[in-house]
Amino acid sequence: MDRRLAIKWMLAAGAGAMIADRIGFSAEGPAAPAAETGYGTDPVLMPAHKPGEYWPLTFNDAERRTAAALCDVIIPAEGAVPSASALGVQDFIDEWISAPYPDFAKDRKPVVDGLSWVDSESKRRFGGAFYEASAGQRLALCTEMAQPAADGSALETPSKFFRRFRNLTTGGFFSTPAGMRDLGYVGNVPLARFDGPPADMIAKLGLTDEVAW
Amino acid sequence: MAFVTPESISDKYDVIVVGSGAAGGQSAYTLSMEGARVLMLEAGRKYDPRSETPMFQTPDMAPLRGAGTPDKPFGFYDATIDGGWSVPGEPYTNASSEKGRQFKWWRARMLGGRTNHWGRISLRNGPYDFKPRSRDGLGFDWPISYEDVAPYYDKVEMLIGVYGTNEGLENTPSSPEGVLLPPPRARIGELLARQRGRGLGIPVVPAHRAVLTRPLDHKRLPARLHPGNAKAQRILAEDMQGRAQCFWATPCGRGCSIRANYQSSTVHIPPALATGNLDIVSSAMAREITVGPSGRANGVTWIDKATGREHHASARAVVLAASACETARILLNSRPAGFPDGLGNSGGLVGKYIMDTVGASWGGYIPALEGLPPHNEDGAGGDHCYTPWWLYKEQLAGKLGFARGYHVEYTTGRQMPGAWGDYAKDDNGRTLYGPKLRGEARRYYGSYVVFTGRGEMIPNADSFCEIDPDVKDKWGIPVLRFHWKFSENETRQVAHMQRTFADWLAAMGSVRKDQPNPDGTAAIEPGGSIIHEVGGTIMGSSAANSVTNSWSQCWDVPNVVVADGGVFASNADKNPTLTIMALAWRASEHLLGELGRGNI
Repeated sequence: MDRRLAIKWMLAAGAGAMIADRIGFSAEGPAAPAAETGYGTDPVLMPAHKPGEYWPLTFNDAERRTAAALCDVIIPAEGAVPSASALGVQDFIDEWISAPYPDFAKDRKPVVDGLSWVDSESKRRFGGAFYEASAGQRLALCTEMAQPAADGSALETPSKFFRRFRNLTTGGFFSTPAGMRDLGYVGNVPLARFDGPPADMIAKLGLTDEVAW
Repeated sequence: MAFVTPESISDKYDVIVVGSGAAGGQSAYTLSMEGARVLMLEAGRKYDPRSETPMFQTPDMAPLRGAGTPDKPFGFYDATIDGGWSVPGEPYTNASSEKGRQFKWWRARMLGGRTNHWGRISLRNGPYDFKPRSRDGLGFDWPISYEDVAPYYDKVEMLIGVYGTNEGLENTPSSPEGVLLPPPRARIGELLARQRGRGLGIPVVPAHRAVLTRPLDHKRLPARLHPGNAKAQRILAEDMQGRAQCFWATPCGRGCSIRANYQSSTVHIPPALATGNLDIVSSAMAREITVGPSGRANGVTWIDKATGREHHASARAVVLAASACETARILLNSRPAGFPDGLGNSGGLVGKYIMDTVGASWGGYIPALEGLPPHNEDGAGGDHCYTPWWLYKEQLAGKLGFARGYHVEYTTGRQMPGAWGDYAKDDNGRTLYGPKLRGEARRYYGSYVVFTGRGEMIPNADSFCEIDPDVKDKWGIPVLRFHWKFSENETRQVAHMQRTFADWLAAMGSVRKDQPNPDGTAAIEPGGSIIHEVGGTIMGSSAANSVTNSWSQCWDVPNVVVADGGVFASNADKNPTLTIMALAWRASEHLLGELGRGNI
């Protein structure tokens, strides 16, 4: 990622909805002791890496299943497009919240607490874990969390958690090859020449590429 | 000769070059191609971009989807290793804890330094940029003019390969015919910015970047670069044929295994090594320059990071190319007899007048760019277009309220998606999820445009570095302590940038409602953020007003040459790398002459 791209994402985070949910909903420390060392300043770049390789993960089995179920309400499978959990997005989120870097670790407590709230609320309402609830029951709970909640209301914390979890899910999903394809990213392939945007697209936008370069 | 160890170095070097980035690479190249025997000291490890560059790896193969961390600030796949704004074991300090008074110091401890990851933007300073004080009474004039440097800009552009066009715009020099490579086609967002900028009087022209859009002309260029030097011509012709042209994929910031862009480790160092005249010691942390009884430098003392042991090498001259601030640090830590305040510091000016580039951004969604059919916008792995500073006349007429200009870079389009990102637009605060989400993300993807300003900072007496009296790094070397302050020229410039960008985005149809803060102090990027550190050993017309002369030699010790950005007497908006290389070539050529004449 070059500097401009980094700035773009930082700006996107600051300009949009992410600024609120990146604050999290608790100023307290992480749920459990987090890892202290990351991948260092000279990690091996060429091979593929897996969550858990550099620092221990956080989720227990129930949390992982709850996270996967939430991922799939947020991005369900459709046709040939796999669901978020089929692409391992819950493991990416686990890696993220378990990271020994402050910008990531601050998501740890909100996510763990949020998953716990979802699970206990599901048990209270539906008599079972969220990941065992029916599709309709899962949707009902998520629909509530997706609503904007007034400060101080009972749903304020779950609402912020859901927004943050949704953003982690989309970030994890669209940065996989399958997610990129779905988004319409068609780069990362070597080309013999770069032709610029298609002529009909230029025309449709009322633009001209009259420059002789 | 090649990569050597502290134990296997020779005792017959003409020149020791400290550093291996743009300045060190260029110096070692020029010196060794012309027959000088060179020892290069690099504080980081050996690095081979041909085998170590993660070209096509996707974010899912990286921890955290490749997002930036304190270990890898520009992302997991960024080329920088053992670098960043903090380097373990190598601290620096800031004198003030007051907001806005700190300098963030980027280092890249690796062969090739920060050239491995840089943006490849390669702009020439113009005639005004060497004589800024004569134009507006602020800062300093350089003791050289554009005409002195122009031949070296030509040479560097021919050697590294730079795409761009000659537009004939004010203070934006043209290159001679046949020097620049053709630029890539504009992306759709760049075309929209160009059309809507026209109504605001803002030009959009091809960027200048060090990326090969076609192979270098290996039959013609070597003879132009090394006239009368058959060996250098043969080596360069062979090396140029080993560089591929861009294949329109992978971000330049990862480095380039096919050597299609410039980085010192792929362009300068391989031919320099092929001469047999260059030795390189890696993990060699230079501590001080040593001085002989004649008062001339006679070598460099360094710490081998692998063992912690001290070593020394001798040479007839020393070229400092360690980065502006590291070079100042080495000079200040060199205190041989007769130089109680540091080598080259008899005027008390080493470390003074450090500068960064002025930076700020503003971005927004452009509905006209929503929902476009998928098309490949990877292009040359960076900017295809930019806006040179265009308000010289308004500024001269006193209409702007600040001195000195900025250029504009843009981020548009369909770049490789990452973990950070505003993929979904939410509906009145309702968090979007479920089947509708993916379609919405598709619609918005690629419709975000960011304008980034890169402006000139005027040197000031409040921005400098010195040796911290208490703190040492893990090698026992005293560290730098920074002092920093922007003036109103910079903060007002930032306010102007953001106002301009907001108007420009509105002209492109952006629906962003919030407005930039008219107080530029809120938006200006902290000192050091842009990683364009220059100054600290500025060149001037006399020892009373500068550290180095017009050939980049220290006034006090003429066989010590500063090849990096330290000699900059001003920091034009043009980004320093191309000028660093041009000045390093010029200084090295002069040094060769002085060595040949026996003056050094």
